Amino acid sequence: MEQEGIFDVLAFKIGSISLSASLLTSAFLSFLLILISWLASKRLRSDPGPWQTIAESLYLAAYEAVSSLVSKQVDQILAFVSGLWLFVFMANMIGLVPGFSSPTADVSVTMALAVLVYFSVHWFGIRSDGLMPYLKHYLKPNPLLLPLHLISELSRTLALAIRLFGNVMSLEMAAYLILLVAGLLVPIPLLMLHIIEAMIQAYLFGMLALIYIAGGIQSHETRKQEESLT
Amino acid sequence: MNDQSWFVIISTAIAGLAIVGGTILPALAMGRAISSALDALARQPEAEKSISRTLFIGLAMIESLAIYCLVIVLIILFRNPLLDLLISRS
Repeated sequence: MEQEGIFDVLAFKIGSISLSASLLTSAFLSFLLILISWLASKRLRSDPGPWQTIAESLYLAAYEAVSSLVSKQVDQILAFVSGLWLFVFMANMIGLVPGFSSPTADVSVTMALAVLVYFSVHWFGIRSDGLMPYLKHYLKPNPLLLPLHLISELSRTLALAIRLFGNVMSLEMAAYLILLVAGLLVPIPLLMLHIIEAMIQAYLFGMLALIYIAGGIQSHETRKQEESLT
Repeated sequence: MNDQSWFVIISTAIAGLAIVGGTILPALAMGRAISSALDALARQPEAEKSISRTLFIGLAMIESLAIYCLVIVLIILFRNPLLDLLISRS
């Protein structure tokens, strides 16, 4: 399964620290995203050109998805979640470009993204509720359920990472195996499936992160609403 | 036949069986989830957004079971830690 891509050549080792191809590809993608969004937001006009139209419709779709689930801190959560959406989508799609391999087919990259989601759930939860009320929601509805809460925190982080990794890697591996068995140009229908899969997995990753964050925040909020209703 | 060829035969057969079971059962579960989501959608078309969001999340949860199965099968086939034990003993 070892392919020589552009970033495999650049990957190098300094002592015990190694810069892997997936790390370099992710850094390249991040800079590409920053560059694209900087260029798209440089000249904003009231009669938008094609670039601004694309950027605005993406922003509006993301804003609608976030604001339907979260009521506080919409801007910060929107920045985080739409960053995840765009990055995971680009990372899945770059596997289709010859010479590159998807960084999300590497379990360390998806694990890093999932750990980011894990910390941001607590970060946004504590920011909106305060430390003690946030910690107290682990003891609801009953302190006996505390171990279950803790296990679910860990297992959903692991599941987030393994899901993205397994999907991307299994599609790449299936295309590779068909290439071995059938020959050139035959895996192309499978690569078309790869485009759909890239979009669905990026959507799911961001959406699950958003739902976890909303669950961390609204533990306090929904309770107040319920109390005011009764 | 020696131990290693038995090991290869059995682990390949088990990997095939595991991926069969691990895809059939999540496929049935996903079918049930989609059919009941369609029922709900036919009854209340105005709730389409929240139904489809919940459906996607549920499908992702079910799908990850199949993915776990795939990962375990790949471990059995390519990185089986027990094979090293077998080789070092013989």
